[in-house]
Amino acid sequence: MSALEMQDVRKVYGSGDTAVTALDHATLSVGDDEVVALVGPSGSGKTTLLSIAGGLLSPSEGAVKVGPHEITAYNRKELTRFRREFVGFVFQGANLVPFLTAKENLLVAADLAGRKGKQADKRARELLEGLGLAERTRNTPGALSGGERQRVAIGRALMNEPELVLFDEPTSALDTKLGEQVMELIHSEVKSRGTAAIVVTHDTRMTHYADRVVEITDGRLHAPGAAA
Amino acid sequence: MKIAWRELTRKPSRFLTAGGALTLLTVLLLLLGGLLDGLYLSATAAIRAQSAQVVVYSADSRDSLLRSRIDPATSQQIAEVDGVQSVSGFGVALLGARVPGQSDLADVSVFGYEAANAQVPAPLPTGQAYADESLKASGIALGQTVWVGPARTPVTVEGWVSDTAYLFQGGLWANEETWRTVLNENRPDAALPPGTWQVALVDTHGNADPARVASAIESQVPEVSALTKEEAIAALPGVKEQASTFTSIIGTTFVVAGLVVALFFALLTLERIGLFGVLKAIGAGSRTLAAGLVLQAFAISAGAFVLGTVLTIGMAAVIPPEVPVQLLPRRALITAVGLIITALVGSAISFRRIIRIDPASAVGGS
Repeated sequence: MSALEMQDVRKVYGSGDTAVTALDHATLSVGDDEVVALVGPSGSGKTTLLSIAGGLLSPSEGAVKVGPHEITAYNRKELTRFRREFVGFVFQGANLVPFLTAKENLLVAADLAGRKGKQADKRARELLEGLGLAERTRNTPGALSGGERQRVAIGRALMNEPELVLFDEPTSALDTKLGEQVMELIHSEVKSRGTAAIVVTHDTRMTHYADRVVEITDGRLHAPGAAA
Repeated sequence: MKIAWRELTRKPSRFLTAGGALTLLTVLLLLLGGLLDGLYLSATAAIRAQSAQVVVYSADSRDSLLRSRIDPATSQQIAEVDGVQSVSGFGVALLGARVPGQSDLADVSVFGYEAANAQVPAPLPTGQAYADESLKASGIALGQTVWVGPARTPVTVEGWVSDTAYLFQGGLWANEETWRTVLNENRPDAALPPGTWQVALVDTHGNADPARVASAIESQVPEVSALTKEEAIAALPGVKEQASTFTSIIGTTFVVAGLVVALFFALLTLERIGLFGVLKAIGAGSRTLAAGLVLQAFAISAGAFVLGTVLTIGMAAVIPPEVPVQLLPRRALITAVGLIITALVGSAISFRRIIRIDPASAVGGS
């Protein structure tokens, strides 16, 4: 079974003369432990695709399936539940809760999904150890470096053992060396856990860490180098 | 909820502005309430002290104790009304009293009464009186003779009673003869014939409704106005006006407290839009985020109330005794509940904004 199946998905903002097509008949399949890099210029529709795949937006047309979940017709409440249990997000600049420690930031995701107690605590500790942050569990984001913050964000995304992890420009705030380290980490973490991932990036130097690269231009998906 | 609580405990400085403003508003609310209660208690104590449930005035007195006259025949008619158990006379003279060793006159209410009430035992022999404890501040002592009014009528204090003032003047509770002597010598214009009192105090039968008895008295006895004790208290000069003025100020202060909380949380929500967007994206519902806000509003207002109460108690200790501030537990409870409800309503103003935060806003750029 694919981790993500997007079939002929369109997303149109506005209506009539002011309608803007952000995603135009996009079809994409991501395998169970596949890492897909999504590249494209600004305004090409990367964010819209990521948002639809993660249940943040509903498509105007087409079908979206994440694992066994047909999310196309989900209402807002169902999408909220779906996001907290089956999808992991890593945002630009980490976006951690500033007054919580690294471990508590991971536990926020568990708490929202109703996973509490010693098991959640153990998983958070194990994830942080695996991400090389065993000594930083009690540090707040302000006391962590940019790379460490991004690693905590990865830990948060993996906390609830999601079927799909979506990375939004995870290296945009990092220098090349740190960016490569983070991409390496994403690759190894996702592969070792058998989780699928889509990594949105505009930095083509990072794409070789992905199993496959998909380009998007004017809302249309195509293989690298192929005409849109 | 857990996130909201941790923000409160780990970033308390964020909430200092709202907490500080609410603490000051609590002090203001408690002082205003204390002043209202103090004024009310000092003005109404003599009527509140009565165990009688109905007070009967002459109809032309416009329910004023000082203008009213109830003669013996009227008293008899009142006693015959159904539901009336007993009738006793009551009157007051507001005068100044010379206290030995004091240069200033003490303001006193000399009461003439026939029956013991909730605060004052049965009348003492002629020439003696119970004095309200508030008169201690004027230098009056037990066993001392004070000289009442311009005629300097002697009255000897033989006991203390508390909470019996009338229109802010401490009471001297004397028997009929002493009271009439004081009145005749110092207020000849207000002197009353023997047996005539200013008002009649009516004790009703155990299960009789005082309002019904009052109504029966008015319909069966000509030229009288019968009020229940509560109505008689409200009819005292200035009581209603004071209550409505202070209640308006207290109400306005609650509105200001609500606005402070509303503005504070509106700004805080604006500041947190990014964070709320991220939390929504990873699965937090609007309800969860709003509950966090409510928790914070509750904690801030409860903390401000505790701190404000401590400050008010400290301030009340240094307020001069002439200012009749009374801090009552009931008033504190009303203020606490009012403040917390106001804070919760104020924080609710931000709910709409939270609901409208789009989780997709957490993902951005292209």
